[in-house]
Amino acid sequence: MSPAHYGRCLLGVVEREGLRFINQRGRFVAALVRPLVWLLIFATGFHFVLGVSIIPPYRTYVPYEVYIAPGLIGMIQLFQGMQSSLSMVYDREMGSMRTLLVSPLPRWYLLVAKLLAGVIVSVLQAYVFLAIAWFWEIEPPAIGYLAVLPALILSGMMLGALGLLLSSAIRQLENFAGVMNFVIFPMFFASSALYPLWRVQEASLPLYYICSLNPFTHAVELIRFALYGQLDWVSAAAVVAALLVFMALAIYGYDPGRGMMLRRAAAE
Amino acid sequence: MPFPLTDAAAWCRLLPFAVIAALACGAARAETVLVSNEKGNSISVLDAASLKLIRTVPVGQRPRGIVLSRDQHTLYICASDDDEIDQLDLDTYELKQPLPSGADPENFALHPDGKHLYIANEDNSLVSIVDIEQRRVVGEVAVGIEPEGIGISPDGRWIVNTSETTNMAHFIDNDTRKVVANVLVDSRPRRAVWTADGKEVWVSSEIGGSVSVIDPETHAITHKIKFEVAGVPKEAVQAVGIAITRDRKLAFVALGPANRVAVVDAANYEVKKYLLVGQRVWNLAFNHDESRLYTTNGVSNDISEIDVPDLRVLQSVPVGAEPWGVVVRP
Repeated sequence: MSPAHYGRCLLGVVEREGLRFINQRGRFVAALVRPLVWLLIFATGFHFVLGVSIIPPYRTYVPYEVYIAPGLIGMIQLFQGMQSSLSMVYDREMGSMRTLLVSPLPRWYLLVAKLLAGVIVSVLQAYVFLAIAWFWEIEPPAIGYLAVLPALILSGMMLGALGLLLSSAIRQLENFAGVMNFVIFPMFFASSALYPLWRVQEASLPLYYICSLNPFTHAVELIRFALYGQLDWVSAAAVVAALLVFMALAIYGYDPGRGMMLRRAAAE
Repeated sequence: MPFPLTDAAAWCRLLPFAVIAALACGAARAETVLVSNEKGNSISVLDAASLKLIRTVPVGQRPRGIVLSRDQHTLYICASDDDEIDQLDLDTYELKQPLPSGADPENFALHPDGKHLYIANEDNSLVSIVDIEQRRVVGEVAVGIEPEGIGISPDGRWIVNTSETTNMAHFIDNDTRKVVANVLVDSRPRRAVWTADGKEVWVSSEIGGSVSVIDPETHAITHKIKFEVAGVPKEAVQAVGIAITRDRKLAFVALGPANRVAVVDAANYEVKKYLLVGQRVWNLAFNHDESRLYTTNGVSNDISEIDVPDLRVLQSVPVGAEPWGVVVRP
C-alpha cells in the first residue's frame, strides 16, 4: 500500500461524510439550532447565574452567554461525534460499510479516516456557531479564533472516538438512540459546560468528582481556554488520554478477529 | 515596498520611531491608579499598565472621596469618620498633616486654582471651603440635607452641590458663596459632573436611576437619561458615578447594584451599551489620555478596567475592602 492509497481512502471517506452533511440540510440546520436555542433562550433565562466570580481564563466578569459558549461548541462536537458514529451503524445495516471494510488498508486507518471526516464537519459547524454568536456579543479576542482550531480538532477527535467505540458495541440503529440518551445527556450535564465546577463543588462533592473526571468537561475547558489564547495543560492531557483510550478500544471493537464484532457475529 | 528585514540601514531609519514608541509606552506605564477603600481604611496603589497592586497605604477612617493636587504629588482623601482631609504624599507614600474639614466629609472637589477644596459635609448640610495653604476652613455654604456630590465649573465660577435627601442640585456662586439656584432632580442625587466645555452639568440620581442634564445658564434640565438593563430589576439600576470624555462624545455612568456601566452618546443622550463590571459599581475615573476607564466595585472589592475606544471590559482586579473613590495619577 502506497501513501497515495491512504490519501485516496481518506479523501473518499471525507468526501462521503461531507456529501452526507451537505445533502442533509436539515441536519446542518439542526446542528446549529440546538446550541443557538441554548444560547438565546436558556442563557437569557439564567443571565444572573454568573457575574459573581471571575474564573480563568476570563479576566473580568462575564455574562452567562459568554460562559456557556464553549460548552455549546462542545455540545456541537458531542452530537457530531455521535451522529458520525450513528452513520457507521446505518452503513452497517445498509451494507455499504462492507465495501469499506473489505479495503486492503488496515482497519485502524479506516477508523481514523472516518474520525477525521467527522471532525472536519464538526469544526466547520463550530466556526459557523462562533460567527453567529458574535452577534450576541460573544467576542473572544481575534487570536482565540485561531487558537481554538487545534483545540476543536483534538476535542472533536476525542468525542468522535467515543462515538466510534459506542458504535462498535451497537447492533442496531434503534439501540443507538438509547445510548445517545445515556451518553450525551449525562456527559453534557455532568460537565463544566453549563456551570463552573466550583458551583457544582458547593452543591455536591461526589458530583464534582464525576464532573472532574468527565472527558467532556476537559474538552469544554480546552476550548474555553483556547478561545482566549491560552492552553489548559491539564485539560489537553486529559483529552489526549481519553482520545487514545477510546480509539484503542474502538479499534479493538472493530477488529473482526477479537473484539465486539466477533461477539456480535456469534450472537447473530 | 516590502520592508527588508536584513537591511541594517532600514532598521536604523526606524530606530527613532522605535525610541519614541518605547518612551510613549514608558509614559503609559508610569500611570498609577489610586483607590480609596471605605472599609479597608486604606489607599490601594496599582500600576495602570499591569493593574498589579503596588502597595496598600493605611490612611484615616472611612476614606471615600479622593482628589489629586494640581501638581499631582499629593492625594487629598476624605477621611469621613475622622472628620478631616488626609494628605498623602505620592512620592513617599507618607501621610502629611491633615487638613480640617466640616463633619463627615464624604466627597469633594479641587477648585481650578488648585488652592481650595470644596467639601460636602454629609452630616451637617454644609459645603465647607478649605484653603489648602492656610490649612483652615475659610467658608461654609448652607445647602440641602445630606450634601453629597460636588462639581466645579471649568472656569471655577460655579459650584454645584447635590443633596441626597432634598433631591436638589444647588448652584453656588463662588464669588458670593451664595446659592443662586436649586434644581429639583430625581431621588437621591449623587454626583455632579461638568462637561469640559462648561456648557452642561450632569447629575446622577441613585434611587431615581437617572441622569439629569442641566443647562448651567438657565438652570433648567434639558435632558433626562434613563437606564434599563434587560433582566435587571428597575430598583437595582442606580446611577452614581459619571465620567464624560473631554470632547463630550461619550459619557459613562456607573449603575450601582446593576453591576453595569452605561455608555451614553453624550451628543444625543442615548444609551449605547451596558458593560458588565463588578458588584455595586460606584465611581469612575479616566486615565490621562482617556483610553482607559476605571470603576470601583464596592461589594465585590475590586476595580474594573474598561477599554474606552473598544467599549469593552478588559479585566477586574481585587483591591481593598469596599473600594469607593478612584483617580489616575499620570
